[in-house]
Amino acid sequence: MLRKTRLCLAIIFWVLITWLLVDFTSTAHAYLGWMAKIQFIPALLSVNVGVLIFLVALTLLFGRIYCSFICPLGVMQDVIAWFRRKKNKYSYSPAHELMRPIFVLLAGVALAAGFGWLAGLIFPYSAYGRIVGTLVAPLYKLANNVLAGIAEHYESYAFYEVDVWLKSVGALVIALATWCIIAVLAWRGGRTWCNTVCPVGTVLGMLSRHARLKVVIDANECRNCRKCERNCKAACIDLENHEIDYSRCVVCGDCLEECKFGALAFGYKPMIDKENIIYAQRKKEQAAPPKKETAEPIDEGRRAVLTSTALLAGAALAQAQDKTTDGGYAIIEDKKKPERAHRIVPPGALSAANLREHCTACQLCIDSCPNDVLRPSNKLNNFMQPEVSFERGYCRPECNRCSQVCPTGAIKPVTIEERTAIQVGHAVWVRENCIPANEFKTCGNCARHCPTGAIQMVPEGEGLHRNERGRWVDRDNRPIDMNAVHVIPVVNEEKCIGCGACENLCPVRPYSAIYVEGHDKHREI
Amino acid sequence: MKQYNRRDFLKVSGTVAATSALAACGTKQTDIDLDPMGHHTDEVPTDKMTYRTNPKTGDRISLLGYGWMRLPTKREGDGPNNEVIDQDEVNRLTNYALAHGVNYFDTSPAYCRGKSEESLGIALAQSGYSRDKYYIATKLSNFSPSQWSFEEGVKIFENSLRYLQTDYVDYLLLHSVGGGGMQNLSQRFLDNGLLQWLMEQREKGRIRNLGFSFHGDVAVYDWLLAHNDEYHWDFVQIQANYIDWHQADGRNVDGSYLYSELEKRGIPAVIMEPLLGGRLSKVPDHVVAHLKQRKPENSVASWAFRYIGSKPNVLTVLSGMTYMEHLEDNIRSYSPLEPLSDEEQEWLEGETAALIKSYPTIPCNDCKYCMPCPYGLDIPGILVHYNKCVNKGNVPESQQAANYEKARRAFLVGYDRSVPRLRQASHCTTCRECVPHCPQNIDIPRELQRIDQFVEKLKQGTL
Repeated sequence: MLRKTRLCLAIIFWVLITWLLVDFTSTAHAYLGWMAKIQFIPALLSVNVGVLIFLVALTLLFGRIYCSFICPLGVMQDVIAWFRRKKNKYSYSPAHELMRPIFVLLAGVALAAGFGWLAGLIFPYSAYGRIVGTLVAPLYKLANNVLAGIAEHYESYAFYEVDVWLKSVGALVIALATWCIIAVLAWRGGRTWCNTVCPVGTVLGMLSRHARLKVVIDANECRNCRKCERNCKAACIDLENHEIDYSRCVVCGDCLEECKFGALAFGYKPMIDKENIIYAQRKKEQAAPPKKETAEPIDEGRRAVLTSTALLAGAALAQAQDKTTDGGYAIIEDKKKPERAHRIVPPGALSAANLREHCTACQLCIDSCPNDVLRPSNKLNNFMQPEVSFERGYCRPECNRCSQVCPTGAIKPVTIEERTAIQVGHAVWVRENCIPANEFKTCGNCARHCPTGAIQMVPEGEGLHRNERGRWVDRDNRPIDMNAVHVIPVVNEEKCIGCGACENLCPVRPYSAIYVEGHDKHREI
Repeated sequence: MKQYNRRDFLKVSGTVAATSALAACGTKQTDIDLDPMGHHTDEVPTDKMTYRTNPKTGDRISLLGYGWMRLPTKREGDGPNNEVIDQDEVNRLTNYALAHGVNYFDTSPAYCRGKSEESLGIALAQSGYSRDKYYIATKLSNFSPSQWSFEEGVKIFENSLRYLQTDYVDYLLLHSVGGGGMQNLSQRFLDNGLLQWLMEQREKGRIRNLGFSFHGDVAVYDWLLAHNDEYHWDFVQIQANYIDWHQADGRNVDGSYLYSELEKRGIPAVIMEPLLGGRLSKVPDHVVAHLKQRKPENSVASWAFRYIGSKPNVLTVLSGMTYMEHLEDNIRSYSPLEPLSDEEQEWLEGETAALIKSYPTIPCNDCKYCMPCPYGLDIPGILVHYNKCVNKGNVPESQQAANYEKARRAFLVGYDRSVPRLRQASHCTTCRECVPHCPQNIDIPRELQRIDQFVEKLKQGTL
């Protein structure tokens, strides 16, 4: 019963949260956004007291069902292990009592030092987010594009095509390495990762030792067939002594189904124990001592190697052409990222420091960004955390999606109205690149698309000024020929919010003639 | 008999359902033979084409002329310009056209990124028809200032002969005069002596007929005709159709004026844009119903062809037929021409034209003269998408519009499908390089900005 309930709920939860992570249309976020927010680390980082109390209470009541039901990385390991169609593939092994607190400590130190991403390497939700975000999301988008192609054929607007591009090699390598390590561990030893590396597993394990309801062994009924032990993915059933390491038991219920003799039960331990003692005494008198079987040897050395690898791995102006024929397209060069002295972080992040401290690099915001503005950073002190750049699009005024989906509070929720008043940076003009500053040509595309009106086009020249009717005139109040002067963009930095419309829509490629410089601390205009 | 696949069958049965519904309530008799499935039982006729005679040379020209600007393409390789002319399909269309009596082919050195003439040369050479069985029209398309010298102009003409695999051109046009006014005409043809040279080539027989195609400033048109005694225009190519006949769009000149000026002087008229690049065939449902009510079996396009073909001084009507269906349909319209009655002509020029004009489309005929845009925009792609949405009712006026959500999605998703983001209207710098190239005198940057603002309002939800 416990196992079937777990299977149902875990699979539903796992599929939905995976959809949440790959969905780029914001449909999933409207209904399922809470699934990311009830994850342990996100709740902890965003100081979501309600969720934390709920998770602690859940663990104190039922044990680590969080790890079996709610944690997508946990369920992923169960799925991987399920593919190894072999019976009796596990055996008991003592807990790595030294390693477990060390990983918790390391993660804690990294967080305290403001390296959220470093701790995020072993945080289960963010590791899963990265795996799905960088490895699965592109496939999901490609499948969507196939559907979009079919829809286009039938003049349906149900699906639309999206760009699939490699956002960061670093994040891809990390996600791939994480997946490989976890997959190998899961294949060989079930929940080794959860019970050795995962800090959430360790912390919840401390609580689950004192859980009210537990799996208990009735030594009197037990025939010592060891089926339970050999099918325990947490390797926590010590049948030799008829004991279970409750800090590692993830309450999957597999052992309950394996036992043909009804020797295992899920219930209130002291009460069952009491009954058991009475029965045990009675049985001892009757039965002969059980025959001892040797457990399969565990390759500890190999395991250690795998764990340490996990740690290691953790460580020009557009030129008009002479037009003599009709039709065809001018080649458009790709934009290149300018050197920004200060990085840009999305509105709602409050400051670069806040994002660095709270973000565990789960990639949810990056995969939700409909404008291809967010991508994982490649810099070491904010590795894989979202960074804003405008080569493919700009931070559109009607969008606040990243702030809505962030589960850790690294990007705080902001409304559309708030979002257009938050200054995340300011535009900087580059005279050498600007078309109208160097040629007698009109442009003004930056000014036309500035959502806050922070850019205006102004003719260059001494004594030129606007008359009372708003027309540009010279010193003697004569109207000037705007085609004979350089009309350049000027930026009012106080009004600029750093959305990047100017940078993205500037016709000059590969380096725009206007770009955004980030602000370390955001403010409202 | 043509083999019908399942799709055709479905399409045809749909038509039957629609037509039988109309037939049930109307009393209109059809003069077209249809089988019970609604197929034309008669083959497309090969020997019924209506011909007009060139008064000077006696050439018998098919009323349907083949325009070589909207050729079928296929994708080859990567990159934005991977659409190349599908020469096999072009050959097939050419052979079909020739076999059904079409004998006038109109090209230009500028068309299809400069590949049109070569394609026509290949197609005619492979057809097996002898040189005297068809007539080639090409143009002197010296639009760029770098081509305004006498030498460059001569080079363009000599290259045309080479590409067309011939030693004479039947009909040569000064391409699109009127744009840029008299000054432009002088720079391109008069000051450099090029027009004199072309007249000499006419004397030598390398050009059998000399004429010009006109768009834009009517002063140029009037001047050229006023100097007819000097230049002896053998023909003139004008834009005419039932919505431009009276009160033409924008700065276009009324077709009726252009036509009557020629008729007066006995100069035959070659008609371009009879369909306005498909704007008179891809019409809103409302207009389809209006036209089909009269002749349910006839295509929407056939009205435009019969309309302009009914004018007696028309030598030929050019159509850029990309698909075999277009070619078949147009051949039917002129094999033979069934002239419109006066009442029908008035009905098209008046009521029908007014109905079409009540939809605020932009008069872009997708001729691609504006392309390539130096900043990479797909100008006709943007305008055609906008027009398509206007005709389909997907340009909502405000959020209160009944179909707002659906129309918004159709407009925005369709926009990204029709035009890659980097080639959309938001990238227009208003450099205005395109403006002088547009034969329809569209203020392209202004329209692009208007569309861009509309898109912004849709995206931001502030319409």
